[in-house]
Amino acid sequence: MPNVASSASADTSAGTTGEPLVRMTGVNKHFGDLHVLREINLEVRRGEVVVVIGPSGSGKSTLCRTINRLETIDDGTILIDGKELPAEGKALARLRADVGMVFQSFNLFAHKSVLQNVTLGPIRVRGKSSAQAKERAMELLKRVGVDNQAAKLPAQLSGGQQQRVAIARALAMDPKVMLFDEPTSALDPEMINEVLDTMVSLAKQGMTMIVVTHEMGFARRAADRVVFMADGQIVEQDTPEEFFSHPKSDRAKDFLGKILNH
Amino acid sequence: MSSYFADFASLFEQFDVFQAFWVNIQLTFFAAIGSMLLGTVLALMRVSPIASMRWLGAGYVNIIRNTPLTIILVFLVLGVWSQLQINLSSDFNQNFFRYAVIGLAIYHAAFVCEAIRSGVNTVPVGQAEAARAIGLGFLPSARLIIFPQALRGAITPLGNTLIALTKNTTVAAAASVTEISALMKSMIEFRPDVIIAVFLTVAIGFVLIVVPVGLLTTWASRKFAVVR
Repeated sequence: MPNVASSASADTSAGTTGEPLVRMTGVNKHFGDLHVLREINLEVRRGEVVVVIGPSGSGKSTLCRTINRLETIDDGTILIDGKELPAEGKALARLRADVGMVFQSFNLFAHKSVLQNVTLGPIRVRGKSSAQAKERAMELLKRVGVDNQAAKLPAQLSGGQQQRVAIARALAMDPKVMLFDEPTSALDPEMINEVLDTMVSLAKQGMTMIVVTHEMGFARRAADRVVFMADGQIVEQDTPEEFFSHPKSDRAKDFLGKILNH
Repeated sequence: MSSYFADFASLFEQFDVFQAFWVNIQLTFFAAIGSMLLGTVLALMRVSPIASMRWLGAGYVNIIRNTPLTIILVFLVLGVWSQLQINLSSDFNQNFFRYAVIGLAIYHAAFVCEAIRSGVNTVPVGQAEAARAIGLGFLPSARLIIFPQALRGAITPLGNTLIALTKNTTVAAAASVTEISALMKSMIEFRPDVIIAVFLTVAIGFVLIVVPVGLLTTWASRKFAVVR
């Protein structure tokens, strides 16, 4: 049984070395006149959990979305598992299947049940039988704690439950890396922790994760590295302990001062 | 007064009003299916990632939507049938009926396309992003995720198009189809004594056909609304 939990946890220690899983080199992007990504160089190793933080408008969501080409880039290269991101067509679709994505607004398929949301990709993209896909989906829904909601429509669930289903949907594709684009920003405060707990356990099981978030607690608990962005650039990056206690740049000091002191 | 009613009643013996309305209903039925199929393909083209496809779809819609239906039907009959001698059926009446269905379908497909496209706009962009993010290509995500939701959002404008189509079947008279408006012309010519009743009969007939369509679409748009 190819289980993310068992297969990934085995190579946690070994996995953080070797060829990077995601490698961005000299990436630039403009929205009109706005230079949203400036010369981004970023490597994420297998099994590593990278948290991207920064003020709004710093380009962190855009950075996350370029990795599965929901946003195109103007120049530079993005390699995933050693292969360059294809421009379009079947090759791009195949790559996206290997990159799990969790959105701020959940984006569960509104006309499909929770279970169908999770089985759709494995059946249509991976070609699994519906029985196989269903079994695996129930296992994942159980892991994120919403297996008793499987028959419901997304709109019948709370935000926190929806986001956990979205995580299960992404995991069902057995992705090499998971991208989280502000996964808790649209949630009511009391639901944030249930989603963060799911993410922390995923991180502990050795999943490679790139997480854009404002949750500093999550960064402290689960991140191997914190990447701080401002004005489209990566300003500094370090372990969470180092970054939060000894930020080097003025931008980071200013940012941390604003969010941690109240 | 009673003699007026007797005259009016004799109208139905002289002319087969119900048969004529039945032709309109048949025209509506087949043209609705045709325009729905063609309109869906056009809508797919208009939201496709391929620029030339979008251009073709937009070109079709803008040309056909801005051409009078009468011109399209007369062109089919005089241009395609009479000039190019293309027969769609060996039966004379059936031939014109089929041309009328094709003309109506071609014309209303442009409106169906725009109705579906407005439905696509009701689907949040995140749905398409999520579909792409799990590795679905353009056609699978359109078929499995976007269009099922778009069609539900398009029920009301599609209903309006269907109502317009139902009434526009009267233009098929221009393609020599003996439907109700062609029959009405004969009735006016031969029975000027009950001319008001003739108009009322045709008008009420259409109201009776169209009102259920409106009720049905209102009910369906509530019933199948996507809850978000």
